[in-house]
Amino acid sequence: MRETFILIPGRTADQGCGISEGKFLEKYQREINSLQVAPGDMTRLGLTKGDRVRLTSEHGQVEVCVVPSKGDELPVGLLFIAYGDVSSKLMGGDTHGSGMPTSKGIDVELDVLARPAST
Amino acid sequence: MSAAVAAPGEAPAVEESLKVIQDATCTFCGCVCDDIDLTVKNNHIVEAKRACVLGKAWFLNHKTEDRPSCLIDGQPASLDAGYDRAADILVTGKYPIIYGLSDSPCEAQRVAVSIADWINGTIDTTTSVCHGPSGMAFQGVGEVTCSLGEVMNRGDMIMFWGSNPAESHPRHFTKYSLMPKGMFVPNGRKDRTCVIVDVRKTKSAKAADIFIQIKPRADFEGLWTLRALAKGVDLDPVQVQHDTGVELTVWQDLMQRMKAAKFGVIFFGMGLTMTRGKHANSEALLALTRDMNAYTRFVAKPNRGHGNVTGADNVVAWRTGYPFGVNHSRGYPRFNPGEYTTSDTLANGEADSGMTIACDPMANFSEPARRHLATIPFIALDTKETPTTRAAAVAFTVATYGIHTGGTVYRMDDVPIPLRPSCESPNPSDFEVLSQIERRVKALVGVTG
Repeated sequence: MRETFILIPGRTADQGCGISEGKFLEKYQREINSLQVAPGDMTRLGLTKGDRVRLTSEHGQVEVCVVPSKGDELPVGLLFIAYGDVSSKLMGGDTHGSGMPTSKGIDVELDVLARPAST
Repeated sequence: MSAAVAAPGEAPAVEESLKVIQDATCTFCGCVCDDIDLTVKNNHIVEAKRACVLGKAWFLNHKTEDRPSCLIDGQPASLDAGYDRAADILVTGKYPIIYGLSDSPCEAQRVAVSIADWINGTIDTTTSVCHGPSGMAFQGVGEVTCSLGEVMNRGDMIMFWGSNPAESHPRHFTKYSLMPKGMFVPNGRKDRTCVIVDVRKTKSAKAADIFIQIKPRADFEGLWTLRALAKGVDLDPVQVQHDTGVELTVWQDLMQRMKAAKFGVIFFGMGLTMTRGKHANSEALLALTRDMNAYTRFVAKPNRGHGNVTGADNVVAWRTGYPFGVNHSRGYPRFNPGEYTTSDTLANGEADSGMTIACDPMANFSEPARRHLATIPFIALDTKETPTTRAAAVAFTVATYGIHTGGTVYRMDDVPIPLRPSCESPNPSDFEVLSQIERRVKALVGVTG
């Protein structure tokens, strides 16, 4: 199953704390590898916390775990991930004359990779 | 156990087992809070009073890593050998780049600019992938601005656009923008209206009186809707709803409130600069701010991320005339974002050597940029091991600014703040490393004095 979403990479408190603790340590790595998905999208796609998905943009591909976003933080159709190595792999090199690659609002295709055995 | 209180600026005494550093400066984010009381036990910070969650992580994890001060090709080396190799790399390159600097004090930034000048190199800071587009917009539109102190004392209409300070600048609300009681807002939060515009209902949205959730990639359209309303232009409700995802009546209500404010402030974040439109988004916001001054006092401030990214803009500007993305290959500075900015010089395969200072392009840049960086010799200065230091030909482990070393940083509102170090480090500061490299570079290019 493949669906199109808009991905917003951004800062989180845990990601910020993880930078100070060390980028190779568990907190930082967990945060930048967790994709937040709106509860409505989680239900529709049959996803549960911890399922793995593949995100494919025009410029790259990554595999991450999903977590449901809290409350109504995300509208349906929008994904969020903490800035880092993973989100940057989906950016292109072109900065359109600005010096800044398009780093937010990235079009991605989402493929569900695996579900827990119980489902 | 002995205890002592060190006065601001006073060097900490090594033999003391317990001391308190009053009014220390946190350099994690652009708020640069300078009211932190640090308790230091055996050269280690055990308490950071008044620090936010990010500040606590910054101070309490400062421990010196068990890593050599210098690695050459991954092997431990003397500092002198590292300085020699670094200078050789920079001087040998035909298109050397220097990049980073947002987590270094102004004194070190100044030396880095000098090195770029001696080697006819390109110097750029992390501003280019942060508020670089806003820097371009400042040049195009101008900046109606003020200090955070004025916000605290006067601001009665506080807006955040594409910014989530609850997670990126946790003390922003309480120290500067929403909660403080000020001279003209004596009741603090009760005297202020808070509006947040974002594509996500972020944790910051809980602090808002009005939250406006716009369509992704519709910031430009939302800002121009407000510009039109400020000028009294009639708009088609269907078109506005379609373009922004928000009803025209919501924008009209917001504009009425903005005009009724006595002192309005728009803080804006990378929700604008990193999204399609980039500098055009920032230009629209700055132009709206300018427009509002026909009716009342309004200012705009970018919420800056790193502790001294604002200092980097200032230092590079007063050394070269431009804030970032500056090329010296013709012997004089030239500015051209999109050409001399590091994302471009790397992704386009142009840079052939480099030096990164307090940044991590091997983790944060696009794949084409990372791939190219991995193929060229470069020097990395950082307090911790990162993907970038691992890939560097020469990696210096440096002391942490504001914790181990002093100096000056600029708060996000361009106010310079002194640092008050609390601990000692076995590693050199980035100022020391850069000064040593500069000395060798000057010798290699034949500059005396």
